[in-house]
Amino acid sequence: MRMRRLAYPYVLWMAVFTVAPLMLVAFYALTAYDADGRLFFTLQGFRNVFATDNTVAFNLFGLADLLGFNLQVPIYINVLAKSLEIALISTVVCLLIGYPAAYILAKRSRARRGQSNFWLFLFIMPMWMNALLRTYAWLALLEPMGIVNTFLGYLGIGPFQFIYNDFGIGLGMVYNYLPFMVLPIHSVLVKISPSLIEAAEDLGADSTRTFLRVTFPLSLPGILSGINMVFMPAMTTFLIPDLLGGGRYLLIGNAIERQFMVSRDMTTGSALSILLMIFVLASMRILTKYEQESSEGGLLA
Amino acid sequence: MIARLGKNIYMILIFLFLYAPVAVLIVFSFNKTRSRAVWGGFTLEWYRKLFQNVDILRALQVTLIVAVVSALVSTVIATITCIGLNSLNRRLRSLIMNVTYIPNITPDLVTGVSLMLLFYFIGLKTGFATLLLAHIAFNIPYAILSISPKFRQLDRNLFEAALDLGCKPRQAIIRVILPEIMPGIVTALILTFTLSIDDFVISYFTAGNQVSTLAITIYSMARKSVNPQINALSTLMFLTVLVLLLLVNIRTTRDLRDKQNQGDLRK
Repeated sequence: MRMRRLAYPYVLWMAVFTVAPLMLVAFYALTAYDADGRLFFTLQGFRNVFATDNTVAFNLFGLADLLGFNLQVPIYINVLAKSLEIALISTVVCLLIGYPAAYILAKRSRARRGQSNFWLFLFIMPMWMNALLRTYAWLALLEPMGIVNTFLGYLGIGPFQFIYNDFGIGLGMVYNYLPFMVLPIHSVLVKISPSLIEAAEDLGADSTRTFLRVTFPLSLPGILSGINMVFMPAMTTFLIPDLLGGGRYLLIGNAIERQFMVSRDMTTGSALSILLMIFVLASMRILTKYEQESSEGGLLA
Repeated sequence: MIARLGKNIYMILIFLFLYAPVAVLIVFSFNKTRSRAVWGGFTLEWYRKLFQNVDILRALQVTLIVAVVSALVSTVIATITCIGLNSLNRRLRSLIMNVTYIPNITPDLVTGVSLMLLFYFIGLKTGFATLLLAHIAFNIPYAILSISPKFRQLDRNLFEAALDLGCKPRQAIIRVILPEIMPGIVTALILTFTLSIDDFVISYFTAGNQVSTLAITIYSMARKSVNPQINALSTLMFLTVLVLLLLVNIRTTRDLRDKQNQGDLRK
């Protein structure tokens, strides 16, 4: 059939707008322009990233304080570690808050077929609002003279510093990405066949044991894809730290944004992007590996 | 009983958490004072100011033009591509689909940066054209993913039957295939339009400093100072996106139900 020719323009488009741009990131990470505007090969970008002439103390999760060691690392490695720390904590908080929510929603979904979608729908709706606007809204709520502090003032406590620190950024991430955690877990939980739960109960397991031995293991794929969907944007955002961190915070997303938009240093910016890409893809790879292992011998109906 | 109460309280707290910021934003867009914490009486002042703000109106114009054009172009390209993909062999098709998925797993930040580098490399000055190209580029995969499932439902014999009955291939596509995949096309249009309006990160890197979308304008306003016009604008944008996504949602649930009904019939 001659129809297949219709797909060829897109192949060209894909080469130019999907494949080439990613290759260019790698290309610019290894090149720079000289004074005459000619490109030359350089490792300066990666050298800047791993520069050891300007180091800071490495303190992932406060481990250095806790264990009493002093490890000096390049600034950008520390930025990456800081981003990893906040992204991981946000992901865990999303999981802790999101799992019960997904569980309750799934129970309702199964109990009443018609209404179920309504609750889920309510849950997803705020996600449709622009991330920028949602983050901005938290600024209004949490600022020193904001609504939360005013309210706490009536109760005689505070004011607290909620924004421009780790807490504010973490909260922004949890708020923005919570639905990404709840949705995949919910969709897995609804699919678990009720007869499996009944079987566990018939065999004498109480509800705690049924949950731990049947429901939870079966929901692992949902948890893993939820972690994936929260961790990746949390690791790469520059909007949330920029607004809720007051521009004082440097996470990996901001670092890249600044290299391109403020310092106009494409080489270092590209090198950082490559580093981030490798990091994100590696964590996705690890997660999918886990997912495959956990789904082997799965009982999902 | 207590467990049930606990569950309800939990869900109420979650929904409070999810909706408080949105509600605050909307309520304070009608607030008389500039404060984001103290209510000073009802006013439509900020909406009036908003519609007189030249920067915002220009950004709105850019946002809408980019959204409409990129939705139309990406949907047309996606439709043509899907028709072509359908007659490719399985291996080639899955290769193309895999590359199509790449933008979905790439962080927005990297997509934005990489497109910026592309425009820089080919010497295209960032501005309206690059913004539009970038939006078409990130929309096409979503359009393809909305339309291609329709081809899987399509009865292959329909096309052959049309040819047997004397249609030219072009006629067969327009008269037979297009009406069949129309729901997918409409979903693609609405989805890409919404994604385009909603985008901030990719626009930020590809628009340059002469052109600005609503999201970019809000970003620079939010970084500078408190401005209730942002609240008014947010309220309007939220309602717009809400209406659009309600439409998509209703469509997809209806599609799903139709599919289920078909499945039931086949049984």
